[in-house]
Amino acid sequence: MGEIKIKEKEVVVPGEVLATGMDCLPSYGTYRMGDDIRAAKLGLVRIEGKVVKITPLSGRYLPKRGDTIIANVYDIIMSGWLLKFNSAYHAMLSMKEATSRFIQKGADLTRIYALGDYVVCSITNVTSQKLVDVTMRGPGFRKLEGGRIIEVNTNKVPRVIGKEGSMVGMIKNATNCRITVGQNGIVWIQGEPEMENIAIDAIKKAEAEAHTDGLTDRIKEFLEKKLGKKIDLREHAPERRESPSQEHGFRNEDQGFRNQDNQDQYNDQDDDQQDDQNQQSD
Amino acid sequence: MAYTKRLDGRKKFDELRPISAKAGIIPRAHGSAMFQIGKTIAYAAVYGPRELHPKFMQNPKTAILRCHYSMMPFSGSGDRVRPGPNRRSKEISMVTEKSLLPVLDLSQFPNAVVDVFIELPQTDAGSRCAGICAASIALADAGIPMRDMVCAVSVGRVDDKIVVDLDYSEEAYDKGPVADVPMAMIPSTGEISLLQMDGEISKEQLIEALETGKQKLLEIYEVQKKALKEKYK
Repeated sequence: MGEIKIKEKEVVVPGEVLATGMDCLPSYGTYRMGDDIRAAKLGLVRIEGKVVKITPLSGRYLPKRGDTIIANVYDIIMSGWLLKFNSAYHAMLSMKEATSRFIQKGADLTRIYALGDYVVCSITNVTSQKLVDVTMRGPGFRKLEGGRIIEVNTNKVPRVIGKEGSMVGMIKNATNCRITVGQNGIVWIQGEPEMENIAIDAIKKAEAEAHTDGLTDRIKEFLEKKLGKKIDLREHAPERRESPSQEHGFRNEDQGFRNQDNQDQYNDQDDDQQDDQNQQSD
Repeated sequence: MAYTKRLDGRKKFDELRPISAKAGIIPRAHGSAMFQIGKTIAYAAVYGPRELHPKFMQNPKTAILRCHYSMMPFSGSGDRVRPGPNRRSKEISMVTEKSLLPVLDLSQFPNAVVDVFIELPQTDAGSRCAGICAASIALADAGIPMRDMVCAVSVGRVDDKIVVDLDYSEEAYDKGPVADVPMAMIPSTGEISLLQMDGEISKEQLIEALETGKQKLLEIYEVQKKALKEKYK
């Protein structure tokens, strides 16, 4: 008869015996050796009936199709942009996937996304050799202007976001900042400089204590102490109007505001291109 | 004539020096650890999996492991150690790599590299073993998929006694023959992933030394486990 040797949510190290017996099943982050199920990663144990799995506590981001990430433009090539996103691999943003508008042949691509720009995009394909394709066509995908970028551990992203975005929603409303969290652990924050600092501290605290219970309450206390005002949790009830990307733990900003932003951005670019054409015709 | 008492005052011949270990000490590294055994201190920092250049070194089936062992200039008890890679440190980097690889599963990260940097600010023999212990904690801390930890210690003989965890004074013992045998073990299976030897030892003595070493390595394994769990207390 199988026996589970470890308590739920216990921290285990690689090689530790989690369960014995053939009627327990090894799942993510575990492996079977003889009769034993052992840990293959440092993490927290999850037991679901007879299935034993591990929620990793560390590790770099592995690109997955459908994930929404924040990435940094580090190279521009003939056919598009190359992005790095806090992983062992880089991503390719092709011209076709970069924007819904027309890009003239031979256009200066830095006018659309320049080196060093941060963009919100979605992973469309990952090959066995980890060639990553991303797209920026769709709601919520845009260039990030202003604000600050911080990095959190990619395994802690679900905790930083909270259930249906409750954690990040609370921080956003309390500090009045715009916050976007990518699945790869890159976080963009924009607001009043003082408030940005508080939001960063709160996110870092949530990251550091991600494996503990009662996190939302502690972050609420922390924010109340920093801001010197009471926070009503009901105010920050999860928003219902979520875009499809929300399913992957990615939290959008206010929809209307963003669309307007995008519109402005595209208009700007159109103007730029118009200028280009004018110059060429001159 | 015979070696009757350990030079550093340890009570038993199979006693380890005091050990301490800590995980996650270098914030910007993806994983890191400190491992101290007696006066030997090793720091290990893991970076990766990350992109590997030059491209010809990439392996499309798996990530590669690159270890870098380095003694700091002031780390020895004698002269200044010349910094940078040398014959000895290149060899130790290579054996460290080979002792860690059997537990790692890097197939999830094709074309990438996992870099392990081991630095020793102070040494008193057993530095490659301390380095391997630190690197193993650091790799687990970095979230690299691994089958098990790797623990290492040196065993051997000083004169007619089988000893575990030789310090420098024992290695340099000149009143009788000495053998120094660094070994690394994968605790779950008892497999040996590092076995080197310097000096003279008989077959029977070697077997006895390895068996004693295996028992003692389990103590080191417990310290490694504790160090990783402490980080998330």
